[in-house]
Amino acid sequence: MTDNVQLEVEHLTMRFGGLVAIDNLSFTARKREITAIIGPNGAGKTTVFNCLTGFYVPTEGRLTLYANDGPRLLERMEGFRIPRNNGVARTFQNIRLFTGMTVLENLVVAQHNQLMEASAFSLAGLFNLGRYTSAEKEALETAKFWLNKVGLYEQADWNAGNLPYGSQRRLEIARAMCVNPSLLCLDEPAAGLNPRESAELNVLLQSIRDDQGIGLLLIEHDMSVVMKISDHVIVLDYGKKIADGNPEAVKNDPAVIRAYLGEDEDDELPPEVAADLHLDPNA
Amino acid sequence: MDWAYFLQQLINGLTLGAIYGLIAIGYTMVYGIIGMINFAHGEIYMLGAFHSLITFLICQAAGISGILPLTLLLMLFVSMVLTSIYGWGVERIAYRPLRGSFRLAALISAIGMSIFLQNFVQISQGARVKPMQPLIEGGITLMESPNFNVQLSYMQIVIILLTFVLMAVFSTLIAKTSLGRAQRACEQDRTMAGLLGVNVDRTISTTFVMGAALAAVAGMMVTLYYGVIDFYIGFLAGVKAFTAAVLGGIGSLPGAMLGGLLIGLIEAFWSGYLTIEYKDVATFGILVLVLIFRPWGLLGKPEVEKV
Amino acid sequence: MSALITSSRISGAEIVKELAFFAVIALLMSVMILGVETVDRPTGLELAVRWDLVVTAIISTIIGRLALILRREHISRVGQALLITAAAVAVFEMFVRFRDMDDRWASPVFLDMAFGSATSVIVAVAFVTIVFAIAYFSMKKPGAEEEESGSRLSSKIQLAYRTNTKKIGALGIVFFIIFPFLFGENRSAIDLATLVMIYIMLGWGLNIVVGLAGLLDLGYVAFYAVGAYSYALLSQHFDLSFWLCLPLAGIFAASFGIVLGFPVLRLRGDYLAIVTLGFGEIIRVVLINWYDLTRGPDGISSIARPSFFGFAEFDRRLPEGVMGFNELFGLDYSTMHRLIFLYYLILVLALVTAFVTVRLRKLPIGRAWEALREDEIACRSLGINPTNTKLSAFAIGAMFGGFAGAFFATRQGFISPESFTFLESAVILAIVVLGGMGSQIGVVLAAIVMIGFPEMFRELAEYRMLIFGAGMVAIMLWRPRGLLSFRDPTILLNMSKKEKVAGEVK
Repeated sequence: MTDNVQLEVEHLTMRFGGLVAIDNLSFTARKREITAIIGPNGAGKTTVFNCLTGFYVPTEGRLTLYANDGPRLLERMEGFRIPRNNGVARTFQNIRLFTGMTVLENLVVAQHNQLMEASAFSLAGLFNLGRYTSAEKEALETAKFWLNKVGLYEQADWNAGNLPYGSQRRLEIARAMCVNPSLLCLDEPAAGLNPRESAELNVLLQSIRDDQGIGLLLIEHDMSVVMKISDHVIVLDYGKKIADGNPEAVKNDPAVIRAYLGEDEDDELPPEVAADLHLDPNA
Repeated sequence: MDWAYFLQQLINGLTLGAIYGLIAIGYTMVYGIIGMINFAHGEIYMLGAFHSLITFLICQAAGISGILPLTLLLMLFVSMVLTSIYGWGVERIAYRPLRGSFRLAALISAIGMSIFLQNFVQISQGARVKPMQPLIEGGITLMESPNFNVQLSYMQIVIILLTFVLMAVFSTLIAKTSLGRAQRACEQDRTMAGLLGVNVDRTISTTFVMGAALAAVAGMMVTLYYGVIDFYIGFLAGVKAFTAAVLGGIGSLPGAMLGGLLIGLIEAFWSGYLTIEYKDVATFGILVLVLIFRPWGLLGKPEVEKV
Repeated sequence: MSALITSSRISGAEIVKELAFFAVIALLMSVMILGVETVDRPTGLELAVRWDLVVTAIISTIIGRLALILRREHISRVGQALLITAAAVAVFEMFVRFRDMDDRWASPVFLDMAFGSATSVIVAVAFVTIVFAIAYFSMKKPGAEEEESGSRLSSKIQLAYRTNTKKIGALGIVFFIIFPFLFGENRSAIDLATLVMIYIMLGWGLNIVVGLAGLLDLGYVAFYAVGAYSYALLSQHFDLSFWLCLPLAGIFAASFGIVLGFPVLRLRGDYLAIVTLGFGEIIRVVLINWYDLTRGPDGISSIARPSFFGFAEFDRRLPEGVMGFNELFGLDYSTMHRLIFLYYLILVLALVTAFVTVRLRKLPIGRAWEALREDEIACRSLGINPTNTKLSAFAIGAMFGGFAGAFFATRQGFISPESFTFLESAVILAIVVLGGMGSQIGVVLAAIVMIGFPEMFRELAEYRMLIFGAGMVAIMLWRPRGLLSFRDPTILLNMSKKEKVAGEVK
């Protein structure tokens, strides 16, 4: 069990001035599993991601990533080293593509570090040496693989900014996968997708877990995604963990229901919330 | 340690700092509201100096320069009004159309505006240094020591007093009036302020006008204090005032004043005790150090990166 | 509500009101700075009144505003043409007045007749009224379709340009190579071409930093100065040859770039701009004041000229045993040989800059620069080290600046801090920006326009910087990313470049 752990978050606390965004949060995410973090708006979900991926330095706590060659501490690491040396890739809540560059270029940029090394920091590349050209060919193959996987092969030469919204979301996932991560963090990948697109997203995420064999950490509001594909759900409220377990257990947890509805509400759930939380997995 | 010398440098530094502070307010207000460096602000200050000089010459020609308070008031009023129109015009022509365009475009446009205004004055008024006779002479000897008398000139008193009066007026304006409220709303969120009925264009224009008016006062004080101006004074003063704004925390009004005073003091003491040649290097060095180690300045708040 | 949907034709009164407002603004702006000249007299400053300039400024403003109004109100082509003429005449008239200020030229007779000081106001008012009337009545009814042919034409030009950039570039290179054969005997032509080429090279160097990496560097001239002073000092104190110093100058400038860049490159765009400006000024102040090393404002003179790659010299009188360039090739001695050699030298240096830039753009480092320009946060999430990537752009740009500086020193034979002011940085930046950030051909065009033309029309020299500044603003308003700022993808999968471009232009 323990050697299956990919990420261990212990006593993570993040304060901004007087505001406590995350309060003594601990959880684990296992390899080859989809771990979902859910919670009402402002619960601190994205802040957890930002701590994990080096955009914020946590006020307290320890973040351990179990890579193939041993544990690594992420909390004091410069942001760019986390994807480069430790294989943690992420996407953003408000998509951050290189909109003026083509879809293909976005995927090639994601393979920057391998290519940089192959080009001997540009010297080999400048004179078109074989060692660089073969690396570039390989990078193109990786890019093509992911283009096919997310169904954007035909649009490879479009500017990324011209893609429709749903395709931009998929491209951002493909781009993160081109970093060759061992842990993929997705910040609301289903936001703004229509039901058909989120169903497709489910298939893509499950395939990333099963075929690429990597762990996924997922922030999501769309319960049809969370409940259907997650192996493990963590619920945050006001920066604190209020529930942790498999989807079935979490959605029946009274603390979770309270968090989503507020303390003073009657026990009866409004029908649309009830539908969301108790979504029939077969629907 | 020669305390008399020290005191004199302190007085000189505070005077200089008051002037930098007034210019710095223009940078800080504009940066606060539209998030750009108004690169042409130094030229606005230079225009203020020229306007006050020409007003004085007109008063002289009209034979009323003997009535000192009237002349000074006229200089102040005319240069504030005419210079603020330049501030307004610069925003209308060079910045407003680029609002929302990509960031560097506005800055480059500002640099172009700065070059334009500088050369405009050079061509229309000539490249030579313009001398100005001292209007306010005399002062108080604060301290007598064997080899050095500490002087506080009446001019310095006027500069420091005027600066503090203006600061008080403008702070009240921004804290208490609906204009100030509109400005603060635009600083927070321009789109939302617009949706709630704040006239965003007018608020931004007013900000430029206010900044330019204060820069004009600074220009007038420099004309009177140093007695020489030329078309090129805006560049260096602009960079120093910007440094002051950054040092104090860009976006913060008291910060700009504090930064201005500090830069003035540093310059005065550097020139007084070290080398006068490298005083500009000192200012630039401070700018670099502040930006590296405390980019939000002394009185500003650190920005949390939005991811 | 209906006013918002069906905008009705603007009424004459509204136009007059708007024009009057701007006339008052123009009056207030010009009344002192233009209207009153301060004249130095032995007794102190005196005033000279120039009301004609104020009137000219007001008229120009009214006409310009009118043009804007009428464009806003969908005026016909005839009216537009009239207005452009009117504006041009007004500006020209103002220019003539300006010129008369220092009595260097008498203005043409017909202009005196048309705008002689006494009648100037009446004529101008009549003129404006006529133009106004014609334009107003040629205004189209609201809702009429805008003419599209103009934009279609420009998109055709764009398509032609973008699908043929390589050919245009090759033609340009051929032209610059045969240039000395066309103007070989014309000393000033070669001098001018060399000067323009220096700025092209500087523009290309800065283009890496500003155009590709998106870092606004306002102190680029510092690296140019470092290159120039490294060569001058190395050659004077250690007697090193130009050919050895050239790479050293580049290395010094690049190291400078790294040392300066390392602490500041994490700063946001506009802060970076101010800090680089500060560095540029620091270097200049140091050059002025470190007299023992740089001889301060006096500058360094009689800097060694380059030899013909160490094989031969260009001087007329040579010490015993030194080969002259003309002897080497069996030619008669000519002072032009050195000038033409220098021209080719800077041409080669510039072409190397261009070649390296074009190649780097298609390499991972170049793609990372562009990605960083677009979104730094996304780059960090992909494991790209932002500081190192920016630093590499900064250092490579600085290196080319250093090369250009060394060339400048050897060509001039004299350097002083005066050649390395902020204005110089602004000029180089203007070249990059005007040309279109990231565009190689754009830089060439801009350098020719900004350096070549002013040199050719020396009478306008004092207006050069004025036009420079106005041009920078105008270009930013018109095309915020520069004239030829089209981005070509570095790699394509399914489409040809032509298809890609055609898709974008349409």
